[in-house]
Amino acid sequence: MFDLVLIKVLFGTLLLASSSAVVGVFSFLKGESLVGDAIAHALLPGVVLAFILGEGRHPGYLIIGALTAGLIAHYGIAFIEQRTKLKSDTAVSLVLSTFFGFGILLMSYVQRTGQGQQAGLERFLLGKAAAITMMDLYVFMGLALLLLLGVALFYKGFQLMTFNEDFAAAIGLPTGLIRFAFTVLTVLAVTVGIQTVGVVLMAALLITPSAAARSWTSSLPRMLLLAALFASAAALGGTFISATLPKMPTGPWIVLVLGFFGFSSLILAPEKGWLARRKRATSNRNKTQRENLLKLLYGAEERAGEPVAMTADAMVDAREAHYEGLTMTLRNLKKEFLVVERPDGFALTDMGRSEGRRVVRLHRLWELYLTERLGMAADHIHPQAETMEHVITPEIEALIVKELGNPEVDPHQSPIPYEED
Amino acid sequence: MTPTLAIALTAIFTAISCAVLGAFLVLRKMTMVGDAISHAVLPGIAIAYLLSQSRASLPMFLGAALVGVFATVVIEILSKKWKVQSDASIGMTFTTLFALGVVLITFWSDKVDLDQECVLYGEIAFVPFNTWSLAGQSMGPIALWSSGILLLIVLIYTFTGYKGLLMSSFNEDYAAVLGIGVGAWNLSLMSMVSVATVISFESVGAILVVALLVAPAATAYLISQKLKPMILLAALFGLSGSLLGYLISARFDTSIAGGIATMLGVQFALILAITQFTRTS
Repeated sequence: MFDLVLIKVLFGTLLLASSSAVVGVFSFLKGESLVGDAIAHALLPGVVLAFILGEGRHPGYLIIGALTAGLIAHYGIAFIEQRTKLKSDTAVSLVLSTFFGFGILLMSYVQRTGQGQQAGLERFLLGKAAAITMMDLYVFMGLALLLLLGVALFYKGFQLMTFNEDFAAAIGLPTGLIRFAFTVLTVLAVTVGIQTVGVVLMAALLITPSAAARSWTSSLPRMLLLAALFASAAALGGTFISATLPKMPTGPWIVLVLGFFGFSSLILAPEKGWLARRKRATSNRNKTQRENLLKLLYGAEERAGEPVAMTADAMVDAREAHYEGLTMTLRNLKKEFLVVERPDGFALTDMGRSEGRRVVRLHRLWELYLTERLGMAADHIHPQAETMEHVITPEIEALIVKELGNPEVDPHQSPIPYEED
Repeated sequence: MTPTLAIALTAIFTAISCAVLGAFLVLRKMTMVGDAISHAVLPGIAIAYLLSQSRASLPMFLGAALVGVFATVVIEILSKKWKVQSDASIGMTFTTLFALGVVLITFWSDKVDLDQECVLYGEIAFVPFNTWSLAGQSMGPIALWSSGILLLIVLIYTFTGYKGLLMSSFNEDYAAVLGIGVGAWNLSLMSMVSVATVISFESVGAILVVALLVAPAATAYLISQKLKPMILLAALFGLSGSLLGYLISARFDTSIAGGIATMLGVQFALILAITQFTRTS
């Protein structure tokens, strides 16, 4: 018996979670994630009214009630945004909270007048996956299919609307109709979704899978697939946890698992994740530090006219290096035979000299380019060149040299050191 | 003091405090952050409740306010540093924290006497029954005192911080030039919103406090051009909305918090209709 219930709940939550996630991706990319949250809250009065009028829980009444309330909320928000000076966040939170309050008012009315079957309504607040009946399951399976079909049918339109609404209108797409279709699909997804997590946490099913998927991919089809996968995995995980632990609610656990996926994706994902970006920043800093040290040694040699050695302390005193990671950078340079350690400090090898020369050359070339071609004053160009010397690629270097006609000296009359070949 | 008066006064104090803070949220386009805070404080309330075993205690307010500020900081990091859309940052953060709160309350259900209904729409009708006493003398309902103190704090905060709040709400760059710390004002406002949320929590619940924050301020914004009249009007709309909502709920014997939120919405719709009508004619 238990197993049958569990399988039913599992299947139900799986279906509901993935269909909301797919719709959520589009509103996420449009930057309108919270409109879905508002619609979810706004469904409450519609659902309760449907309950009163339909004399009980009937999926048909429920869907009509939800659809009506959801559409009113959506167009209400749009009206407030367009016709008043109120900003979109105020419009969204205003509709969200007052509609929800009205729903609570109606709910308490139903409760006090004792229309029975109160449990049927309570579950819309925080969801109650265990209360899903076979009948519900069929209805919501149908809805989920309808949803996926709708997304497939309107895919091109949604895509264009999401990324460039003006363009979509300019090429003659019926933007009003597409918006309407999207709103209907959102309301349907929310109607289906609140069965498991309730109106309060519905936003998580719409938003978090998209945020998680977005940090792994930039392609829309892959993002849709990943979002649905994350949502399904969270639905599975949440259902299992709440089934294993005594009296634990399913909806909040699904949301917690989803939150775990979301935040860990934001931290761990390759390229876009926080760790990856931090690593990139560190490696950029290290590269800059290396090149600055080689440049420093090259400059010292240039002034002395002969190979010189500098101690780590002298490097810091010259203000080209920062203490942080200095020893490690020097060790790495030594390992790559760019510098050698002598009793009196570090000196360039031939390879290191060539690398230091390259950095100095790029610095001086860029300074010349800024004064010659962009007309900047000679006393303003140094900081710019300090950055660009680490960025210019050999291809761009060749182009600059050609553009400036193989120059000999920079704006400060220092020679531009070319490689002797 | 009659129970009716205690409920009405608590509702009015809460409504005015929220309306004044809400005015700044509306101007800063941060109402959804207020919404997020009102949800996010739940785990803080659950933990503080478990530790202090009481509903209205200083540790509870502080704990919940800390979680509220924590949520604000997480949202800021997500949207500013990690480049997640601000909508999504808000949605992700508050749903996760709220879900955590519900799970904690369920987990400690034998130790923490909070239920899901109370969390969602409060129990303002029970305000008169929760009294406290000082030196054997009955001092009246706790919620009445805490909402009164809240109003006092909010008014002091607004009067003393008026210039900083004004500047940082309208023009962040200009405020920064004048040496007004925009980030600090933001954080202080969000702490105030957290405290207001926690204090209002018991009477009106997590979501209806958003109606109290946003609706009066939004209504006032429709018909005022300057900040001072806007704050005054917001307080007025908060007052009238909560009185009307209370009367309606008393008449039909329904949830008072629901009634207040509904009447706040009706007020907005009325003013909106009037402004639309006068504009087109």
